[in-house]
Amino acid sequence: MIDTLRLTAEEAKGLLERREISPRELRAAYRAAIDARDEELHCFLTLVDDDENEGVPIALKDVISTKGVQTTAGSKILEGYVPVFDSTVAARCKAAGLQLLGKTNTDEFAMGSSTENSAFGPTKNPWDPTRVPGGSGGGSASAVSAGLAPWALGSDTGGSIKQPSSLCGNVGLRPTYGTVSRYGIVAFASSLDQVGPVTRTVRDNALLYGIISGRDECDSTTVDVPPVELPDAQDLKGLRVGVPKELNEAEGIEPGVTDAVRRAIDLCNQLGAEVGECELPRAVEYGLACYYLVAPAEASSNLARYDGVRYALREQADDYYELVSRTRDAGFGDEPKRRIMLGTYALSAGYYEAYYGQAQKVRTVIAREFAAAFERFDVLVSPTSPTVAFKLGERTENPLAMYLADVLTIPPNMAGLPGLSIPCGLSEGLPVGLQLIGAQFAENTLFRAAHALERAIGFDTVPERLR
Amino acid sequence: MPITRHDVLHVAALARLDLTEDEIARLELQLNDILEAVGKVSELDLSDVPPTSHPLDVVNMFRADEPRPSLPLDDVFANAPERDGDLFRVPPTGETAA
Repeated sequence: MIDTLRLTAEEAKGLLERREISPRELRAAYRAAIDARDEELHCFLTLVDDDENEGVPIALKDVISTKGVQTTAGSKILEGYVPVFDSTVAARCKAAGLQLLGKTNTDEFAMGSSTENSAFGPTKNPWDPTRVPGGSGGGSASAVSAGLAPWALGSDTGGSIKQPSSLCGNVGLRPTYGTVSRYGIVAFASSLDQVGPVTRTVRDNALLYGIISGRDECDSTTVDVPPVELPDAQDLKGLRVGVPKELNEAEGIEPGVTDAVRRAIDLCNQLGAEVGECELPRAVEYGLACYYLVAPAEASSNLARYDGVRYALREQADDYYELVSRTRDAGFGDEPKRRIMLGTYALSAGYYEAYYGQAQKVRTVIAREFAAAFERFDVLVSPTSPTVAFKLGERTENPLAMYLADVLTIPPNMAGLPGLSIPCGLSEGLPVGLQLIGAQFAENTLFRAAHALERAIGFDTVPERLR
Repeated sequence: MPITRHDVLHVAALARLDLTEDEIARLELQLNDILEAVGKVSELDLSDVPPTSHPLDVVNMFRADEPRPSLPLDDVFANAPERDGDLFRVPPTGETAA
């Protein structure tokens, strides 16, 4: 009997290659886990019977277009929308033989930090179903944590891979901007959006990143990527680890989170790394404000395409403009509306320079601060999320409180930097994530450091209540 | 620079959102809170800092300019709410409706 809670994707691949299990038996094991646990957790929006592929199963966040399989982005406005083409990442998963298990829940248009903004109801955290799994990719993170999939893909604009991975005890990579194609991804904020892997081990993460990354002629922002090295280092000798003061001492970081991260930093020392302090004074203080101007502005433009004309939801009206306005009001939930309004305002005549223009300059300041830090260090570390998983409903009435969930993941995202979250311990019985930030295209350095730390930390990724 | 109900209606019209009365009232409050928080960016004097619109230092990553088939029309219309031959059908605009 396969224990899907513990089987890694790498092990599953080995079982298939040695023919110790058939592709159908493997898929059946995950379907059984889904049948047993997804009614409670609600990770999946659509399940798929993929009879064409024979490799390791995978789940894809529902912002990733899959030919012939409904893709909703967690929104009523796209309910029933069935893409007629595959996104590049879905095509690359198929080319690698990965069996599609289904599409996972997300905050509507990937806007949120708890999955509670999904038009199809929230996903629950497998460590404690009264708590959120994080977001926006809570469906992928919860599914991997609960053994409903060996690995999954998410997308990360402000923290939508890293933060749910932290809250569910997974390994989540937001890759360097430009390393993974966005062709066929439902766009949110195009200067920030990146697709990346959610896994239970660092090696699985490197394997999946190797499958999806690399230049794609359908996305002009993609570039050639250094070959992915599967990590096996057991120490951190020669690695310079920086501890940015502001990312580690930001207001709102829970004491239990700080304790777990401090222990991981001590381990870096013991594993032979040179650990030192550094500063990112303006990147952290102004990062969140910068993000909540840039991302909504870009979203207001990207979401203009949902007009009820070419696909998906249409509300009837006698006049074209009535039809568009009614469709958009009926189809979008509160959070996309809020961000469309905010972004439209920030881009409107008279306010553009003060808001969007100024935010783009702050972005330069943030990138420069990180560049200076990477002259002295190879990796920067901090908590991924200031808190462990919070209660369902706790922040839904207060958008600003919800936005604070990403205060530590946003600054590196603004600079296009890769970030990897790995579990580094428990606080109040819930997982704490350690964020490792690298220079652009330094994914291999992150994998190496995270793999050595993962071994030394020895975190059990199986939620206690499911052991 | 507080947002008024008038601003909310103006921006909603620009964004083509037919908001309900409840939504208008709630957004007036929430947008004021959010703008107060994000307005923090104006504290910095950045007159000599260039803007960043793209995080990578790359330009013009073109693919080879070779013709290839586009989507078949039946695929293009597969998700259309209303098709009329090779066109998306919509009601007339206000100007021409009368």
